[in-house]
Amino acid sequence: MTAPRVAEALNEALREVMAGRPDLYLIGEDILDPYGGAFRVTRGLSTLFPDRVMGMPISESAIVGIGNGFALAGDQVIAEIMFGDFITLAVDQICNFAAKSATMYGRPVRLSTVLRCPVGGGRGYGPTHSQSLQKHFVGFPNLVLAELSPFHDLRWLLERLLDLGRPAILFEDKQLYARRAFRDGVIDDLFGYAPVGDGDWVRVAAHGEAALDIALVAPGGLAHRAVQAARTLLLEHDLLPQILTPATLYPVDTAPVLEAIGACGRVVIVEDSTAGGTWGAEVASQCTGRAWDDLAAPIALVHAPDSIIPSAAHLEQAVSVTADRIVAQALELAHA
Amino acid sequence: MTVIKAAEQSASLVTDADLAQLLLIRKFELALLDLFGQGYLSGTTHTCLGQEQVPVAVSGLLAADDFVFSNHRGHGHYLARFDDPAGLLAEITGRQGAVCHGVGGSQHIYRDNYLSTGVQGESIPVAVGVALSARRRRPDALALAYIGDGTWGEGSVYEALNAAVLLAAPLVVIVENNGIAQSTPSAASLAGTIEGRARAFGCRYLHCAHDDLGLLRERIAPAVARTREGGGPVIIEVAVDRLGPHSKGDDTRDAGQVAALERRGWYCRYRELLGERFEHADRAAAERVAAVVRDVLGRPASQWPAAEQRAGWPAPGPVGA
Repeated sequence: MTAPRVAEALNEALREVMAGRPDLYLIGEDILDPYGGAFRVTRGLSTLFPDRVMGMPISESAIVGIGNGFALAGDQVIAEIMFGDFITLAVDQICNFAAKSATMYGRPVRLSTVLRCPVGGGRGYGPTHSQSLQKHFVGFPNLVLAELSPFHDLRWLLERLLDLGRPAILFEDKQLYARRAFRDGVIDDLFGYAPVGDGDWVRVAAHGEAALDIALVAPGGLAHRAVQAARTLLLEHDLLPQILTPATLYPVDTAPVLEAIGACGRVVIVEDSTAGGTWGAEVASQCTGRAWDDLAAPIALVHAPDSIIPSAAHLEQAVSVTADRIVAQALELAHA
Repeated sequence: MTVIKAAEQSASLVTDADLAQLLLIRKFELALLDLFGQGYLSGTTHTCLGQEQVPVAVSGLLAADDFVFSNHRGHGHYLARFDDPAGLLAEITGRQGAVCHGVGGSQHIYRDNYLSTGVQGESIPVAVGVALSARRRRPDALALAYIGDGTWGEGSVYEALNAAVLLAAPLVVIVENNGIAQSTPSAASLAGTIEGRARAFGCRYLHCAHDDLGLLRERIAPAVARTREGGGPVIIEVAVDRLGPHSKGDDTRDAGQVAALERRGWYCRYRELLGERFEHADRAAAERVAAVVRDVLGRPASQWPAAEQRAGWPAPGPVGA
């Protein structure tokens, strides 16, 4: 059976968690049927759960704030921010209210909120509808950052985030929505994947291959580009690559990266964020401090240049993280 | 003349409990300014001198499971809800027994369906969410948020009011309009009126121009009751006088102007109208607050768990567990 597209898998996961959690609310702009959300991820849900799927006016601060209120009262909330760029309109509710409230009253306060944020370019939506804003939220106390991937079970991911009891942002790469999810550990003829540890990280490797020349650390939105790069590295450059993809971006568990450094000493971290103070830089910093002696060369970063994202396809392509750029960086590192 | 008559009538109806609460808040706030002057407090604090009657009038209309949101000027809101001056003073001074272990301080307090935050307008969307959630559990539930006139500069207030009216949230917004936002007079920061803004959303609105406790509560009660009965949100604007500085030592108003406000306030009027009954209550409140100050300042510093323990806050697990 063909695997569903990631947007369909997410829709199914949302339906399952809504069915299993009577105190869970889904709120956002234009999420009601028949429209079902700008990316159709919530299609059918308002028909199934009319009392708990609530359409909201174009008011990101109020949407996140109302979600915070539901959570404060003991309910759970998944809120959709139509385009991740618009999360900037709700930063006070996310950072000053939800994240700080978790501890600023002197004792732990549980707030179960997940903000779903479609991010990333590649679809010609232009500067205000294409950015990847993950890095701006890294390191805010009590705030959890996660990213959708084609490897992870999405119901498992949503349940895990809701059970954290602290606010979480789930970044969802828009191009990923239309891609097929991977199932049963299989990617293609060359590569397969398996969970690491408790399953927060997934490791992609060539079938039956334990040896390792270089590790690519890539959040879920980069997964397909990383796989494409890994194929090229294996087939054209005779390098044995692995890909490590986390569900949780922050706080980050660097153990699988450290393990890869121990095995091969060479790591490339790829991400869609623009340069400067990025998630990848944070991971690199943490790992460099802990695995200095095992590193064959400094950890390399691949991210978008310091630029807004243009609308025209050829201009957008020029500032995008591509498989070719990942390969080029990996080769440079392999020969360092 | 009729106003004075009404006030006299109402003053005679002020219960001992209400009077004690009014005076407790007044003496508490005066003690805070005094402690600041003596260097016992660090940071900042915002007293509600002259505005005590609002939370005392309102709290008489609330049930324990109604949710109250307070703001930066919230000591009166807290003391009208909980008879706990020691816990509050310990919070403000960072001593043991503090409501939130001294972490939140004057503007960030959370306990038993009561929460304050220090960001203007932040509480209104949250209050809408709490109100909607509460209504599904208890049909007559409501959430109430205190804001000021200055809060109307924040966009999230309008986002939240729009949603509150659309969703018929059981929300009561009490606007304590003291005519001045920190140092800026309302006339320089607020175009139009608060009533006009409420009406623009089709939101019920009520204005209260007097500071008499009995009259205030009598006027507010039906509006709150209607929200409780499913009438949707209501904005209640209460004209008040801020008798103290915004925080401490930062009052740029003319001293004569502030003194005139003080003379027309409830404290002077009740003192005149109630005679010995007032003096007795006034002394009792002063003695109680003095004892609280001695008690709290004698306590060791407040503690909260070490960073390693806090890193696990809140512990993950099924919601509601």
